Amino acid sequence: MISLPPLTSDITVSVNSSAKLTEAIRRPIEPVGKHFMHHAQRTLRNHTWSEFEKLEAEKNVKTVDDSNVDPDELLFDQELADETLLSHDPRDWKTADLYAAMGLSQVRFKATENQIIKAHRKQVVKYHPDKQSAAGVGLEQDGFFKIIQKAFETLTDSNKRAQYDSCDFVADVAPPKKGTKYDFFEAWAPVFASEARFSKKTPVPELGDLTTEKKDVEAFYSFWHRFDSWRTFEFLDEDVPDDSSNRDHKRYIERKNKAARDKKKTADNARLVKLVERAMNEDPRIKLFKEEEKKEKERKKWEREAGARAEAEAKAKAEAEAKAKAEADAVANASAKADKKKAKEAAKAAKKKNKRAIRNAPKEADYFGDADKAAAIDEQVGLIVDSLDDDQLVTVADKIKAGQAKEGLQEIAVVLKDAGKLPASLLPYFI
Amino acid sequence: MSSPVIGISFGNTSSSIAYINPKNDVDVIANPDGERSIPSVLSYVGEDEYHGGQAFQQLVRNPKNTIINFRDFIGLPFDKCDVSKCENGAPVVDIDGKAGFVIARGEGKEERITVDEVVSRHLNRLKLAAEDYIGQTISQTILTVPTDFTTEQKDALAQAASKIGLKIVQFINEPSASLLAHVEQFPTEKDANVVVADFGGVRSDAAVIAIRNGVFTILATAHDNKLGGDNLDAELIEYFAKDFESKNKANPRKNARSMAKLRANAIITKKTLSNATSATISIDSLADGFDYHASINRMRYELTANKVFAQFSNFIDSVITKAGLDPLDINAVLLAGGVSFTPKLSTNLEYTLPESVEILGPNNKNASSNPNELSASGAALQARLVADYDTDELKEALQPVIVNTLHLQKDIGLVDATGAFVPVLSKETYYPVQKKLLLKKVSGDFLIGVYEGDSHIEERTIEPETKDEKAADGEDSESEWSDDELEIVRERKYTLGTKLMELGVKGVKNGLEIVFNINKEGVLRVTARDLKTSQVVKGEL
Repeated sequence: MISLPPLTSDITVSVNSSAKLTEAIRRPIEPVGKHFMHHAQRTLRNHTWSEFEKLEAEKNVKTVDDSNVDPDELLFDQELADETLLSHDPRDWKTADLYAAMGLSQVRFKATENQIIKAHRKQVVKYHPDKQSAAGVGLEQDGFFKIIQKAFETLTDSNKRAQYDSCDFVADVAPPKKGTKYDFFEAWAPVFASEARFSKKTPVPELGDLTTEKKDVEAFYSFWHRFDSWRTFEFLDEDVPDDSSNRDHKRYIERKNKAARDKKKTADNARLVKLVERAMNEDPRIKLFKEEEKKEKERKKWEREAGARAEAEAKAKAEAEAKAKAEADAVANASAKADKKKAKEAAKAAKKKNKRAIRNAPKEADYFGDADKAAAIDEQVGLIVDSLDDDQLVTVADKIKAGQAKEGLQEIAVVLKDAGKLPASLLPYFI
Repeated sequence: MSSPVIGISFGNTSSSIAYINPKNDVDVIANPDGERSIPSVLSYVGEDEYHGGQAFQQLVRNPKNTIINFRDFIGLPFDKCDVSKCENGAPVVDIDGKAGFVIARGEGKEERITVDEVVSRHLNRLKLAAEDYIGQTISQTILTVPTDFTTEQKDALAQAASKIGLKIVQFINEPSASLLAHVEQFPTEKDANVVVADFGGVRSDAAVIAIRNGVFTILATAHDNKLGGDNLDAELIEYFAKDFESKNKANPRKNARSMAKLRANAIITKKTLSNATSATISIDSLADGFDYHASINRMRYELTANKVFAQFSNFIDSVITKAGLDPLDINAVLLAGGVSFTPKLSTNLEYTLPESVEILGPNNKNASSNPNELSASGAALQARLVADYDTDELKEALQPVIVNTLHLQKDIGLVDATGAFVPVLSKETYYPVQKKLLLKKVSGDFLIGVYEGDSHIEERTIEPETKDEKAADGEDSESEWSDDELEIVRERKYTLGTKLMELGVKGVKNGLEIVFNINKEGVLRVTARDLKTSQVVKGEL
């Protein structure tokens, strides 16, 4: 740690640009060690220092995760799980927790053969009478060591281990108490996991969770309904007397054992059936599926009835439409009639008006300068008006309105003459 | 997992093999006889081949068929080989211009083997021992070689190794390997100049190595092919022979077999004396049917071999001078090789070198207690390191462009509050380089003056009257009081040289980080960063 001099002048950066570093010498560095490899990497890849530091930091994180502890060791008990085992009578070894004696109380039926051997070795090193006597325990107090040996013997023989595992009630997980509140999956998954160890068939389907598909849930329950268990209860047999002195007694015991075994097996099967039944009843997914089914049914029913409903609706609609149409027609007819009448009247009035206009036209035009022929003109105009049809009437009236009364009358007179409605002799003034 | 890369330290007298075990520790591998330091000896009796310690024992009864000290001959033409080295074992002969040996293989048959073949067989034995130990086939290795090995010698070694299916990934220098092993075991952040002294059986090597930012640069090397543990043996043998002669009136020197017996036992006695203060020697029928029993204490032995010890010290002095350095510039002397076990070597060096120099021998708590395994361990560490890189990557890394870098020839540093120079980048620092200086909990305004530093040795006299006791003979220098009478104190003093730049930093609240960075082109960049506010002041030259 050095102490820097205080700042006296007000400079930030002043580089003595005239100064040069003393000439450097080129020398080989030794290509060993991680620092050299880092140097090489930096140079080869043109990394800046900060880039390089970042890369190195990432690398360090990766290596920290690798630990070199035997993973098996982590599974073993650090201390004896059950202190009473130390004073357990080795003659009653069958009632002792053999897995706890081996330091495998956390692993139990999942322990592999390798783990059992390793655990045994560890326990022997710790509890061998020679070791214990060194610690001040009498040599004859080797009960626990005997139990360890028995446990090792039992657990390394696959047949004996199956029998022991069958009766390893410590490994059983009790189902949740009825009437209490619990998460179904949390409570039941370990129950099924522990029961699954007796399955002859593997793999055993898993309980899953709320999102499990219906097909899988059904497969799960059908598996458990048809569960095939290898669980046997021979381990709990009463010891068969070994002497041949009393054969009857021996047979009696054997028979008794078999009966007890069968009884237990039946009871166990019944227990499992009940268990699965209860689980199924409580399974929220099953409830969900049922509900869904119900809804589906209703929906189907709804769909099935859809045809009839549509027909009725169509019928009603058609009826209503027809009714509306009829009403509308009636109204239209009535109004049309009135309109027609009005139009007719209007046309009549117009005709009248036109006729009058035509008749009066010569008079209004001062008889076209031929007032002396007024009577003849009136008479001839009267003839023309009477023989005109509606259209001609309108045309002539229009002409007259435009002030061309004479031309209009002359034109129409020619038309009428050509049409043969009036002979030219009757209309001398206009032709 | 692919097979591990092992490190082999192949010496004239003995070899070691090491690898990094899965727990990431260095494991020096013992051969089936339990030897971790395996004698580099091959011996032939009839059809049988012996190796290591077993072959070494054959030196007494079967010296003509026992090959010793062959390492240095590899890749050399016959006329450059120092045949005198093998006068205790199978004689060296000229085979096609190369060194070789003629070995009797029973029933009058003779086998002429070149030194290349001997090296092959030796490496094969080492490889087998390693395979036995690890339980996997070994195909790659890192081999240590002395710094003066030529390219031809390395090629010859590589060829000999490839014959037995062993690929040499990299040759590394013995002193670098030893230093690597030491630094790995006792990590230090500091830059240092270290003398790595390797005193082997028949030759001695020393190198001055500068550690800068963890990278090693060899500043100078020295080799002495006539100096080694055998010289100590010779002194001891001569002492015993004289003693025997005066006791029994028989001269063991006339008889080669007597000498071999004496040598074998003297070596054991010498090794015992490294650990105990006295040792015995007992040889049945040493010469003319007389048995020999004697005991010797360490003091007597040290006196007897004093001349050799002085040579060792001088050898180290010479390499320091060769590097153009003063003993004051040296931070430590790392002892490697079998002779380093001898306590006198360390005490001698402590006496001749200034107090600031740490002697890293087996007795120092900051050093490995197995100096003879250092270079193999270093090779193993390097092996572990290169195992993570591809061949191409490694090849590129070893290119001259990367290996040959520029080194500063003057210290660069700062001026502290008292106006004195404080080196930051020491002399011989390679670049590109970056160095951070962290000043914790400082606050206020500061001036960062960056200078090149000059240094000189200042001598101060503490006591006015000069006493001449120091220059007395060896017996006197043993006694403790002479140490206190040092009248001249030598110190390295720094003075400010060329001013490079000045940076002003204002309002530092809590800590300051100063980064010195020299890039490939030699541009010096000094950056001061306020740790609290991350404000940066930068200067570039």
